[in-house]
Amino acid sequence: MIRALNLRTVVGIALLVALVLLPVYVEATGSRFLLTLFTRIVILAIAAVSLNFILGYGGMMSFGHAAYLGIGGYAVGILAFEGVTSGFVQWPVALLVSALFALVTGALSLRTRGVYFIMITLAFAQMTYYIVAGLARYGGDDGLTIQKRSQFIAPINLSNKVQFYYICLALLCASIYLIWRIVNSRFGLALQGARSNDTRMRAIGFPTYRYKLTGFVIAGTLCGLAGALIANHTDFVSPAMMYWTRSGDLIIMVVLGGMGSTFGPLFGAVALLVLEEALSGITEYWQIILGPLLLLVVLFARGGIDGLLGKVRQKVKHG
Amino acid sequence: MTLFIEQCLNGLQFGLLLFLLAAGLTLVFGIMDLVNLAHGSLYMIGAYFAATFAAWTGSFVLGAVLALAATLLVGMAVEVIAMRRLYGRDHLDHVLATFGLILFFDELVRLIWGAGGMSLPLPSWLNTSVRVLPGFDYSAYKLSIIVVSLFVAAFLYFLVMRTRLGMLIRAGASNREMIGALGVNIKLLFTMVFGLGAALAGLAGLMQAPILTVQIGMGENILILAFVITVIGGIGSIRGAFLAAILVGFIDTLGRAYFTDLLRLAFTKETAATAAPALSSMLIYLLMAIVLVLRPEGLFPASSK
Repeated sequence: MIRALNLRTVVGIALLVALVLLPVYVEATGSRFLLTLFTRIVILAIAAVSLNFILGYGGMMSFGHAAYLGIGGYAVGILAFEGVTSGFVQWPVALLVSALFALVTGALSLRTRGVYFIMITLAFAQMTYYIVAGLARYGGDDGLTIQKRSQFIAPINLSNKVQFYYICLALLCASIYLIWRIVNSRFGLALQGARSNDTRMRAIGFPTYRYKLTGFVIAGTLCGLAGALIANHTDFVSPAMMYWTRSGDLIIMVVLGGMGSTFGPLFGAVALLVLEEALSGITEYWQIILGPLLLLVVLFARGGIDGLLGKVRQKVKHG
Repeated sequence: MTLFIEQCLNGLQFGLLLFLLAAGLTLVFGIMDLVNLAHGSLYMIGAYFAATFAAWTGSFVLGAVLALAATLLVGMAVEVIAMRRLYGRDHLDHVLATFGLILFFDELVRLIWGAGGMSLPLPSWLNTSVRVLPGFDYSAYKLSIIVVSLFVAAFLYFLVMRTRLGMLIRAGASNREMIGALGVNIKLLFTMVFGLGAALAGLAGLMQAPILTVQIGMGENILILAFVITVIGGIGSIRGAFLAAILVGFIDTLGRAYFTDLLRLAFTKETAATAAPALSSMLIYLLMAIVLVLRPEGLFPASSK
């Protein structure tokens, strides 16, 4: 128990506590903008958690993860457009369609490896992008406005911003816990084994293809949930949310936070989006700072924020 | 019928343009094992340089030549400053670092040239049409793109297959360490290959510039198409990239032209008009997915390895 309480976990939990207390601060200062920003951060953190599961633990370099954001989002958007506003229908459909998409594309993609896997996941994501852009009935390129957020039974009301924020946060905590449990289960250990040496895992009798595919579907489904949330957050869905640069953003979050760590994706999502916000406050040309910063992270800080926290702990211990 | 010929020529022109992009990508990919997402930025920069230099010098051709040289230099600088440190790293690192470069270049362009797009007007001698067949005229500029691209493709073939430099490039693609051990200056070779790739991307960008507007993010869409081509053609294979590029150019152009009519048989006019470009774009990715599933090494894998 003492061992588990290292600096990374402490900072991770502290960050979650701070997120829980955020609406109190917002109430006190009346800064509505902060609540909107952090709702977005929390939702994208769920997406990052799901990507981290296959990328960090499973070693599957998916470059099409934003597709699930779009699929989850459009499931909500299209159902709402067709008059089905119940969240009890919308959300399960969002999860189910994401899971199915992950199952089909994963089954094909996992036959390839290395850079081909990157490209084929990208291809599938681009395909969904163009399919959605071609749906004239649902706005095509221009996107689709959602008139009414998902309806649940009273007291749950997603239009209440504070309540919606807490729902997203609760789902984020649940996702982090779920992934943590999976990663430390027999299944998760086999998955990590396949990442470090696929041939050896197969040699000792693990059907790694099935393990990886299951992991891929779990990640896709979880990201579909984030998609359903983000559609409710922005009241709008458009093909742009699954363009390949969005998938790039998710990868940045995961790597910036620290791949293959429990709280890494959360650190990454908070860091990237807060950094964006802060830099765009300093200069209109904030990406000119962010771009080289990413390069520096890749070159000099492989472990991301989580890795840096780990190093601090080692320093404290040894020095 | 003339419409069909015109669409075929358009497809050929687009395919050849894509080849210029894909050739650089596949060279860098095959030799340095580097996934370079920033290749599209070099395409964009080539177009911006051309628009600027053409305005300065008042000559389209002079502007294009200057832009080509400038893009080459930018490419070599990028290699020396950033890319060099990424060789031998994980592909994930490449994706992330070059994604950062895209952000950087997009913003740099916004800083220098502003957010509004630019245009590169054609000189009058190119802005006409040529009688290709009896009773059939075709844009002189598009025709000149086809000629220039074919010339560049032939030059590349000659360079890679018939010169000493090409021999080193091919050797580098099959075994990097070995040619280093044999005393070849790999660092210089890599910088040159990257610069060559950049110049090809810049050429594609500046040739496309008069047809489309020069704008930020113009490289992002076409970059992914170029990646698709390198994968379909087989990574590292210039011949594969050439054939795949023509194939993709045809599918994209003919799909856009004829899907609308096909879809109108089944759907309303508006639905068909929205869905056709989307479907033809999708078709390319579908093709790539099928190729990857059936022949993971691509259609025309590089003979080495």
